[in-house]
Formats: sequence, structure tokens, C-alpha cells
Amino acid sequence: MKALLLLAAGMLVAAPAWTQNRVIPQAGLKSGFEFLSPDLKKMQLDDFANPGTLWVDRGEKLWRAEAGAAKKSCADCHGDARASMKGVAARYPQVDRHSGDLMTLEARILQSRVERQKAVPFARESEDLLALSAYVAYQSRGMAMEADIEGAARKHFDAGEAMFFRRRGQLNLNCAHCHDANWGRTLYAERISQGQPNAYPAYRLEWQTLGSLERRLRACLSGVRAEILPFGSPEYADLALYLSWRAKGLPIETPGVRR
Amino acid sequence: MQYAVNAAAALLVAAMAAGFAQAQTPPLSLVPYVVAGGSIEKPLAAPGNVQRGQAIVLDKSLSSCVLCHVVPDPEHRPMGNIAPPLAGVGARLSAGQMRLRLVDSTLLNAHSIMPPYYRVEGLHQVAPAWRGKPIMSAQQIEDMVAWLLTLKEPPR
Ligand code: HEC
Ligand code: HEC
Repeated sequence: MKALLLLAAGMLVAAPAWTQNRVIPQAGLKSGFEFLSPDLKKMQLDDFANPGTLWVDRGEKLWRAEAGAAKKSCADCHGDARASMKGVAARYPQVDRHSGDLMTLEARILQSRVERQKAVPFARESEDLLALSAYVAYQSRGMAMEADIEGAARKHFDAGEAMFFRRRGQLNLNCAHCHDANWGRTLYAERISQGQPNAYPAYRLEWQTLGSLERRLRACLSGVRAEILPFGSPEYADLALYLSWRAKGLPIETPGVRR
Repeated sequence: MQYAVNAAAALLVAAMAAGFAQAQTPPLSLVPYVVAGGSIEKPLAAPGNVQRGQAIVLDKSLSSCVLCHVVPDPEHRPMGNIAPPLAGVGARLSAGQMRLRLVDSTLLNAHSIMPPYYRVEGLHQVAPAWRGKPIMSAQQIEDMVAWLLTLKEPPR
């Protein structure tokens, strides 16, 4: 009996990540889209009505614009984004092979801008960075999220998972309290979704602009009166990796529309 | 038995809170309290004021109660449904039981998601503006208890 238990425990440790416990089974995953009013759903689906299209268009121009001391555009290295960037966003955040850092799509774009284009980096949440990340993510629209959490990514995944379940802030809540245990219920006047990351960067009516996933996470953190870290903090990338794994299979909606 | 453990924990909480507060600016000390029999019998402050208590509970940015609970409200403002409705709670709970739930629900149920309204210890990554401060003052807790006790009618 004891041997059996030990064997079982050993199997748990050795189990590949796809058997990782899910609070919401994969078949039960719902995009934030499903919690929108019919009007907002329509707005997201119609490229002419979706305000995020403005950023995608701007991103396309930036993709082809020479920048920095290298006088190179993104297109000079990567060619047509419609081919070269297809599916890329679905695999982010991703570990950088050289530095070992976990990089969000925004971080990777900034890295290319500084190291390859030799240009001044865009500020976080700047129109240009949002435009390029929206344009790149747009090339994966409709494709299933499929973040890799094996190998070098594993420790980032574990840190992100721990963060998701850690109570924080003066209100002493964790992410799961709202997005695993109470999705579908109402918080004040708002229906709580599963907190999926597949729409970002997204246009939020409350912001009246496009914003990154990180900006959305900050809204949740400040809602529970918790500390906010600077944009680009590694903790947010870890959390984003956990969210991407948690969303595995959901289609990318960028640019999404949200309240 | 469970309550004995809780009582010890609460004394510890109160003691630690007092120590913790000394390091904070502005200095703050929580009124010590004793948990026994699933209740905090002794009021934390002067007798609560029913009107003030109602205003606090209904003010969503001050207390957040209506984020989760539906409470009786003549103006029928929007309210959440994460937690049980509070209509009738005054018939279900005594003052001491109500006080304990507001002070720190996790002393009754470690998994409670209800925020601890009168606690500063054992919280993580609290934003600087709120660090070392309880969500509510002792008097505000008493005010809320006073109003909640008037809610005798069950939800319709
Ligand atoms: C007190 C409740 C609460 C907590 C705690 C909370 N959130 Fe949220 N979250 C919301 C609400 C409300 C929204 C907006 C409506 C929606 O999409 O759920 C939201 C939205 C989101 C979204 C955007 C979903 C979309 O489709 O646009 C993500 C992602 C998210 N939360 C992740 C998190 C993470 C990660 C944490 C923990 C760090 C967290 N949330 C903590 C209530 C909460
Ligand atoms: C984030 C959600 C949340 C918030 C905010 C919240 N509560 Fe609660 N409350 C709960 C839950 C969930 C319960 C059920 C018991 C439990 O899980 O601890 C509860 C239980 C209670 C009870 C006991 C009800 C009964 O029938 O036994 C009272 C009284 C109460 N809450 C009052 C309040 C008041 C007053 C406020 C604001 C000062 C408040 N709550 C804020 C989630 C919340």
C-alpha cells in the first residue's frame, strides 16, 4: 500500500505539464468575450466598428518604417508579418534563449527595437508599442493559445501560478477567488469573467483606449488595494505565462473590446 | 475546541497588530479583542449608530460590502451576488457574531473570501496608501454592526 502511494507520488512529480491540475477544465474555458453585451460583441467582431483597428493599422505602418541607427524596419528582418508573425503571439510569453528571461510580446518587441534597430525604446503603454504589439498579435487572431511551460519556462510558470493563488492587498483576495471560484457571478454591477488574457492588447471603454494585459492586471491589483509593480516587472510576465497556460486553446481575439 | 484555537489566534493577532502598528506612520493600534464561542462579545468602540452604519455599508467605495452582498436599499442600487444576501442577517446573528464576521471572517473559516475589515497583520503586498491600516475603524465596525442587527426581515 505504502509502495503504491509512493509510486503515485512519484508519478505526480514526474507528470508532464499537460496533466497540471486545472481549476477550470479546458472544456469549460470561456473567453471574456462571452461575458460582453451583444453590442460590445458586435463592436469587437466588426473591424470597422472595433476601435482597436486604429492601433493595428498604425502597427502595420510602424512594421514597415525604418527606425534607429541601424536604419532597419521590422519588415527588413521579418518580411511580411502576415506570414512571419502568424501564430507567434499564441506562444507568448516565451523564454529568451540567450538571457533566460521570460519575455512578453511587448518585451520582445522592445528588445528588437533596441538591439536590432538600435533605436530608442518605446515607453510601456505608449501608442507605438501598443500598436506594434496589437499588429503582431493580430496576425494570430483566431489561433489557439499554446504557451510552452516546459524546460526553462517551468520556473516562471510555477512563480506565476503561486502568484495567482496568493492572497494580497488590504482586501486579502487572490485571483482565483474572483476568476476561478466566482466567474459568472456579479461583482457590484459587473459580471466576473474567467480572467482570460486572449483579447489583449484590448480596447477598454473605461480606458477609452487600447491597453496591455499588464494594465488590466494592475486594475485588478489596485481593486484589492495591493501593491502595483512597475510595468515590465518579471512578476507580471510570470503571471502572464500562467494565464496563457490557463487559457490554452482559447482563440486570440486581439484587438479585443472590453468594458 | 475550534473556538479555543480561534481565541488564541485572535489574541495573537491583536498582540501582533499592536506591535506592527508601532513601525507604521501614522501610528495605529487596533483595539484588542477576544474571540470566544464564534463571537466577539465586547464592543470595540462606543455603541454603534444605525444611520451611520447604513451609510457605510451602502457606500461601495468606502466599505465594498455591496460588491459582494445584496443588502436592503430603498434606492435599489446595483449590488453583487458573490456572497449571501444580508436581509434577515439581524435575526440570524447576535451582535458578537456579527462583529467577528466583520473583524475577520477568516477566524471562522480560513477560506472565507470576505475581506478582514479590522486586521492589519498577515496581509501581503498591501498598497502603501493602506499599509498598516485596517479597512475600517473600530467605530465604523460598531456602526455597521448596529445597522446590520436591524435587518430582521428575510429577503423577499
Ligand atoms: C475582487 C475581484 C477580482 C480579483 C481579486 C481579481 N480580478 Fe481580474 N477582473 C475582475 C473584474 C470585475 C474584471 C472585469 C470583468 C471581467 O472580465 O471579469 C476582471 C478582469 C480581468 C482580466 C481581463 C479579462 C478579459 O477578458 O478582459 C484578467 C486577465 C484578469 N482579471 C486577471 C486577474 C488576475 C491575474 C488577478 C490576480 C492578480 C485578478 N484578475 C484578480 C475582478 C477581479
Ligand atoms: C469579496 C466579497 C465580500 C465582501 C466585500 C464582503 N463580504 Fe460579507 N461575506 C462574504 C461571503 C462569501 C460570506 C459567506 C461566509 C464566508 O464565506 O465567510 C460573507 C458573510 C457575511 C456575513 C454573515 C452572513 C450570514 O448570514 O451569516 C455578514 C454579516 C457579512 N458578510 C457582512 C458584510 C459587510 C457588512 C461587508 C462590508 C463591510 C461585507 N460583508 C463585505 C463575502 C464578502
